[in-house]
Amino acid sequence: MTHQVPPAIPELPGSGSDSGVEQGDSLEIPRRIEVPGQWRGVSPKYILVDLIGAAIFALVVVAVAILWAVLFEQAWQWWVMGALLVAIALGAVFTPRRIRSIGYQLRQDDLLFRRGIMWTRMVAVPYGRMQLIDINRGPVARAFGLAELKFVTASAASAIVLPGLPEQEAEQLRDHLVAVAESRRTGL
Amino acid sequence: MIGHADASFPPGNDVPPQHPGPEGRPEVGQHAGPRDRRSLTDGEWHRLHAATPLLRGGIAFLAITGFVIANLRERLVDLFLPRPSDYDPDDYDPLTYVWEHGYIGLALLAVFVILVVVMAAFYLSWRMHTFRVTDEAVEVRSGILFRTHRNAKLDRIQGVGITRPFLPRLFGAAKMEVSVAGADASVKLEYLYSRDADDLRRDVLTLASGVRLASEGLAPAPTVGPDGIENEAALSHLVNERVNEFLAPELDPGTAPPESVVRIPLGRLIGSTLLSLGTVFVVILVAAMIVSLVNGQIWALFWFVPSVIGIASYFWSTITKSLRYSIAGTPSGVRIGFGLFSTSNDTLPPGRVHAIEVSQSILWRPFGWWQVKINKAGLSAEAAAGGKGNTTVLPVGTLVDVSRVVELMLGLAPSAALHDELDLAIREPSRSGFVLAPRRARWLDPFAWRRTGYTLHDGLLFFRKGVVWRKLDLLPLARMVSFAVSQGPIERMLRVASARAHTVIGPITATLPVIGTTEAAALFEQVSAGIVTASRTDHSHRWAETQAGISAPILGDQQ
Repeated sequence: MTHQVPPAIPELPGSGSDSGVEQGDSLEIPRRIEVPGQWRGVSPKYILVDLIGAAIFALVVVAVAILWAVLFEQAWQWWVMGALLVAIALGAVFTPRRIRSIGYQLRQDDLLFRRGIMWTRMVAVPYGRMQLIDINRGPVARAFGLAELKFVTASAASAIVLPGLPEQEAEQLRDHLVAVAESRRTGL
Repeated sequence: MIGHADASFPPGNDVPPQHPGPEGRPEVGQHAGPRDRRSLTDGEWHRLHAATPLLRGGIAFLAITGFVIANLRERLVDLFLPRPSDYDPDDYDPLTYVWEHGYIGLALLAVFVILVVVMAAFYLSWRMHTFRVTDEAVEVRSGILFRTHRNAKLDRIQGVGITRPFLPRLFGAAKMEVSVAGADASVKLEYLYSRDADDLRRDVLTLASGVRLASEGLAPAPTVGPDGIENEAALSHLVNERVNEFLAPELDPGTAPPESVVRIPLGRLIGSTLLSLGTVFVVILVAAMIVSLVNGQIWALFWFVPSVIGIASYFWSTITKSLRYSIAGTPSGVRIGFGLFSTSNDTLPPGRVHAIEVSQSILWRPFGWWQVKINKAGLSAEAAAGGKGNTTVLPVGTLVDVSRVVELMLGLAPSAALHDELDLAIREPSRSGFVLAPRRARWLDPFAWRRTGYTLHDGLLFFRKGVVWRKLDLLPLARMVSFAVSQGPIERMLRVASARAHTVIGPITATLPVIGTTEAAALFEQVSAGIVTASRTDHSHRWAETQAGISAPILGDQQ
């Protein structure tokens, strides 16, 4: 990985903003893909919502394990329960960072969306490609005044879901997106 | 069974057109109307093929009747060749009851009543099933108790397909499917008179293109009216007509420029089918078979024979489906025809191709054969996964054929340049302007990393990838829905990322498995800006409006 003399990567004239300068030194090459602009995050309260969801799931796991023990008088389910609880706890440790990594940018003509710290994903979708917008409110999120906004396109793979937006922001964002999508309406 | 149906049903089916008078209602029954040569696209409601109920539901009814009769056969044998009756109580069934209590007359009456009711229901459902084509939309109304009304906006049409399955073909019927975007959202005209189908499709697409059917000459009259009332429409005439239709080429040579048609020689078709994964299975099976037999396990025949039959039928269906393949550019889009016994041909209007993939498996490489698939809107997820919906636009062909097909798909002018460009892009992507994956990507993609890369020009995004399966994806930016880059922990360590273009669902998943992070960031910026620019300048939903100067002479040629 250290010797970077690439015969297979020639300097390509006219292929846009190429990074040929940085090929020589791997330290110059960024590890992550960065896009300029100010990312807007989701509400920090959503961390709590997510943790409460995890806690409820953990309680269900414990309840099922106890029920199993009472009904069938077996012991192996404690191991399953333990493994699941460890997984939930590990997930909970990373929850704050994971939720802070969710962000969106409203650019001139398209919406950027990113999420993930270990497995990062960044999507660009032009406003005109919007088919519809869903706003969902789960019971816990509603108690905190949060809502989830889903940007639906003609491709299921786009998968743009913004959880944990304050309800008012979600509705404003929806109205804004619908308005700009209408002004930039294109066919499929 | 089939021959019998062919001989006896068509005269019956043509009865309604022969007797337009008794209906006495001028507002319905247009296609039976002998008064004037009215077009099917005149905005009035029209009926479908008279055999429609029979073909849609009646086949099942016939099958059930056949099943029942087959089960009664023993009983009938007993009826005419009486044997000493030794029924034991377990065999006691309703029929025995009817027989023993002398209710035969009643039972026959019941059967007769059921038959009459079924016939009446068939007739009613045919009467109530109507369609019309207006300047705005294609509409279908159907149903007796539960009325449904489907409406496809013309400027949202993604393609029009005409299918002629084997049995309806014998009746001279064809199924037309007007697909609009959205899973399973197509408007189906089951079944049309085969003779009208091609003209109707041309008119629908011409209307959709934004050109009005100005002259009467362009709008064809349905052949049903004048032909139906001719007295010489006797059985022999009908049979002749059916035979002629059946043997007619899938693509009418008069309406397609013949020089643009790609042909697949039979030898290449068979060879390419044999050189596929199926053959690998056969080789494995035969090897397993020999091993089993050598070990004296005769029972192996029990699974061997069925699996060989299964694979043989797969080969057979693959080959017959691709027989008589044809592709040609028409003013209303690219027309692709397939099939020997059940034929289908689809017309894709310009700008309805969302992704193109040119691919070649390692088995085909010595012969220089390629396959072209496309993504198009309007497929359901199951159809896309099952390879249905005629998304393989070139089953097998040389690179010259591929470049012709790609030209048609993208609406480019024919030239030799595209062939050279594709050739270079596939064999030596580094020399044709591709941005390739860096050397450090070899840890993730040890074989293909030298050939993995992208380039972006003329509103098209190219992804080159693969060694065993060499692939080149062509993605029109004006059709792309969204674009994503993603990175996992190992990719981050190696300072690489992967990219994916999202299009409507289809057989192609347009991914770039590995690319350097700087290149990925540049790609992301270029593509996200490119989609916006390309969509703004794209007007293919009314494709003829923007190029009226070009389309007018073409349409004039057709008259």
